[in-house]
Amino acid sequence: MIDDPVAAFRVEAGEVLDQVEQGLLDLGHRLDDIDLVNAVFRGLHTLKGSGAMFGFDALAGFTHHCETAFDRVRKGQVPATAALVAVILSAQDHMRALVDGDAPKAEGDAILVRLQAAIEEASGTAPAAPAAAGCAGWKVSFKLPVDAMANGTNPLMLLDELRELGDCAIVARTDAVPPLSQLVPTECHIGWDVTLVGDIKRDDIEDVFIFVMDDMELTIEPLAADGEVAAEPARIEEEPVVALQAATPDSPTARATAKAEESVRVPAGRLDALMDRVGELVIAQSRLSQLADRGQDLVLRSVSEEIERLAGELRETMMVLRMVPVGSLFSRFRRLIHDLARDTGKAIEFETEGEATEVDKTVIERLFDPMVHLIRNSCDHGLETADDRAAAGKPSAGTVRLAAHQAGGEVVITIRDDGRGINRARVRAKAEANGLIQPDQALSDHDLLQMIFAPGFSTAATVTNLSGRGVGMDVVKRTIEGLRGSIDVQSGEGEGSLIALRIPLTLAIIDGLLVRVGTGRFVIPLTAVEECIELSLEDDMRHRGRSLITLREKLVPFLRLRELFATDTRPDPFQKIVVVATPQGRVGLVVDQIIGNHQTVIKPMTALHRDATTFAGATILGDGEVALILDIAQLIALGQPHEETLRAAG
Amino acid sequence: MTASILAVDDSASLRMAIRIALTGAGYSVTEAGDGVEGLAKANAAKFDMIVTDLNMPNMDGLSMIRELRKQPAQAGVPIIFLTTESDPEMKNQAKAAGATGWLVKPFVPDQLVKVARKVLGR
Repeated sequence: MIDDPVAAFRVEAGEVLDQVEQGLLDLGHRLDDIDLVNAVFRGLHTLKGSGAMFGFDALAGFTHHCETAFDRVRKGQVPATAALVAVILSAQDHMRALVDGDAPKAEGDAILVRLQAAIEEASGTAPAAPAAAGCAGWKVSFKLPVDAMANGTNPLMLLDELRELGDCAIVARTDAVPPLSQLVPTECHIGWDVTLVGDIKRDDIEDVFIFVMDDMELTIEPLAADGEVAAEPARIEEEPVVALQAATPDSPTARATAKAEESVRVPAGRLDALMDRVGELVIAQSRLSQLADRGQDLVLRSVSEEIERLAGELRETMMVLRMVPVGSLFSRFRRLIHDLARDTGKAIEFETEGEATEVDKTVIERLFDPMVHLIRNSCDHGLETADDRAAAGKPSAGTVRLAAHQAGGEVVITIRDDGRGINRARVRAKAEANGLIQPDQALSDHDLLQMIFAPGFSTAATVTNLSGRGVGMDVVKRTIEGLRGSIDVQSGEGEGSLIALRIPLTLAIIDGLLVRVGTGRFVIPLTAVEECIELSLEDDMRHRGRSLITLREKLVPFLRLRELFATDTRPDPFQKIVVVATPQGRVGLVVDQIIGNHQTVIKPMTALHRDATTFAGATILGDGEVALILDIAQLIALGQPHEETLRAAG
Repeated sequence: MTASILAVDDSASLRMAIRIALTGAGYSVTEAGDGVEGLAKANAAKFDMIVTDLNMPNMDGLSMIRELRKQPAQAGVPIIFLTTESDPEMKNQAKAAGATGWLVKPFVPDQLVKVARKVLGR
């Protein structure tokens, strides 16, 4: 879908390198895993080939050396060693730079020297590993579960799929077939031995059996390089093969489509453009609904309802298209942890859970930087050194665990470490030193922990280059809030810390409550709304100047949006209060009128309005007018000094 | 002859997505909104393949698959169920009920077509 082949290559090369990196990191743990070695080799090989094709000669040249080194590992001439893996890892970083076109040649040369040294050291230390599988082919033996055919699996299709992979010799094993009198026609008793010749990936063979793999007997053995089959040479029985050929739809188009791509690659920009169109469609549709509701035309109304339904469904489908699993985000941290472990000298176990949880693509991208910061904090400040851990009776390796799960319209991502936890006394001392709190100020434990998100706060006694200089946590908090999410921290001293990020599933469209203040209309995100009540005249009079209402025997402060937005119209006789939940507790927002639910397509504010922080964006209403979307957290923050000045004055 | 496929799902949008994907690939598609309707339609006309959601009102996908497999006429008809990656237990239950294969939601049209071609061979 990308028009420029060089740009397409850059994208692909990035993905290949991601796989190579992943493979190398895994290989670091399982040095004798030949599948991983092969995977890394294939990645390097691809990169070299396509790099040369698109004019990335430096990349091709450099990659060639790494490929050659890995080829020797693959052939068992040199064992994989930790040193070798580490060199190739840094070489892989250099390749990324080469793809981007800004790599100093001296760096590459230095890596090649280290590579040479690692290879020499490795070849000197150990005898050759057993020869890896050549690509001559595979011997595949399988027998389906007896009820497979009844359950809809057609063995002929499986054999056809195998034949599409390469030249096939198929022998049926009929020894388990019962005598005719006892034969149930829907049961499957035949086994098959298939000799597949050609350069075929094991994964491709396993893919053929994906639906039945767990229940069946399946062995896949490589053929020896000279083509000799481990068992007796294939004795091809004519009958089943003829039967199969008859059953094979031999049209070339059918085969071509059967090998069609599993997914379609679309540039993210086009998805965004499509999302914009869908957003505009939703807006246009709500105008249509308004028009239709106003008139008496029943036909128009039914068409309008139909379009409303379709637009809603289109929107939902669109959302699914934009969702990607957080696993893609989590896997990017594996390398970070690897590097952190090396730089801090701590042993760190990295665990992930809920990788399949899906989040809007834009959200994922914007989560990366804050999460890097949080993970660094955990590894650098949270986890103790091996000695300290031993003294505390903990396993010597610290654990950092990322987990994700969906809860309603939100995704909760947690970062947990089993380190020393947050030292309250130090947080307090620091906050006092920075003038964030008064020395004798009483603070709840929760509020005290929240101090770490205050601007300019850093608890590390010494600043290291890993965790930055204390400019981070407030930025993290702001970024998360910018995603309309929230951040929370829990920590027990000596027990580690847990940071929970709650992020909305999508950024583009929210359910909102449409309200009117003066002549302007505003949208309050529905997730924040707890209830709507009327501000009775007595309440209004009685609490004048105090701005508090009694709600189920609890005092709830409220903000008069009319005053905040300085509307100069006459207030409606019956003012309404929208009670919203905030991290600081419930707050009422006084409005003139509550109009109702509104599917809100969020349009970002332009740079001109960037300092209008009380608004999270704008939306276009059914009648074409613009309504601003309130940013509750910012609004409350702004409202507090405003209330105080009012109180001081009145 | 065009292969006929029954799509059972309570979500109209998903049925639509299935229909568009499969008719685009040359299959004919019949829709049913829940397990009861799916069972009735499957018994009224023989389909070459059935695609079904698992969570549905009235009769869920698991019960429908079990009911279908009880009938000799439905033996060998491939049944593909739609599932979410996060639920491996569901996958095992559906396979035990007699399903042929699965497709993980969300999917793109090509994945569905690929599965259809895999089990139907055409």
